[in-house]
Amino acid sequence: MSDIAAPRSSSSARKLKGGGRNRSGQTNFELYSWLFMRLSGLALVILVLGHLFVNLMLGGGITALDFGFVAGKWANPLWQVWDLLMLWLAMLHGTNGLRTIVNDYAEKDQTRFWLKALLITAAIVIVVLGTLVIFTFDPCLDPNSTLSVCK
Amino acid sequence: MPSKPAGTLYRGREGMWSWVAHRITGVGIFFFLLVHVLDTALVRVSPEAYNEVIGTYKNPIVGLLEVGLVAAILFHAFNGVRLILVDFWAKGPRYQRQLMIGVGVLWVVLFVPFVIRHLSHVFGG
Repeated sequence: MSDIAAPRSSSSARKLKGGGRNRSGQTNFELYSWLFMRLSGLALVILVLGHLFVNLMLGGGITALDFGFVAGKWANPLWQVWDLLMLWLAMLHGTNGLRTIVNDYAEKDQTRFWLKALLITAAIVIVVLGTLVIFTFDPCLDPNSTLSVCK
Repeated sequence: MPSKPAGTLYRGREGMWSWVAHRITGVGIFFFLLVHVLDTALVRVSPEAYNEVIGTYKNPIVGLLEVGLVAAILFHAFNGVRLILVDFWAKGPRYQRQLMIGVGVLWVVLFVPFVIRHLSHVFGG
């Protein structure tokens, strides 16, 4: 019979088990991460469903999406804040979710390390890029813009 | 005499399947999110570049993929709320089944109107 020793648990979890180490030296990172998933999840239900409703259900839905649509939305600070929050929370929530999946299924320490390095690099690139896009967006790139700031 | 131990597939019924589905939809949504931030970033390049790429979202095949994406998002959202209720609401574990049914009902109630409206946009020309 195959022996399944500490299946799919990280090396840190194995260390914790072995010898019943004093837990006061450990951080509460996993507890905060667990709590963060629930809090950000609740916020994302509102943020993402609102985003889908406004962009896909109202007006012409997907057919109405173009540069002018984005310019019109981001002329309103509410949508800038909405999208910024959604970007950050969704990326942190998704990255943390994938971190959990990597911990569960990647068995070798090296594989886990490199997968997480790739994941975190991708997350940083996307969050920084998205944030820059929201803050440096120029609606007047469109010469036909009817927004008053471009006149 | 069997040479191998019996299968080790854990059969946890709907609790297990919702856990599996939560993971699968989560991974799918995450990879879409990466692509979606990249395509939106094209608004910093030029209106033409952005409009061209966003145009692919309007073709019928991608339109159907969007239906799948929204199906995944709605499930992940309501199943997530169910998890929160089971974790934090004292009576959550006792109402497991009802919560599970609630997820299904909410999913149908939001998904059906979406499909009708979205596909009429995608295929309505």
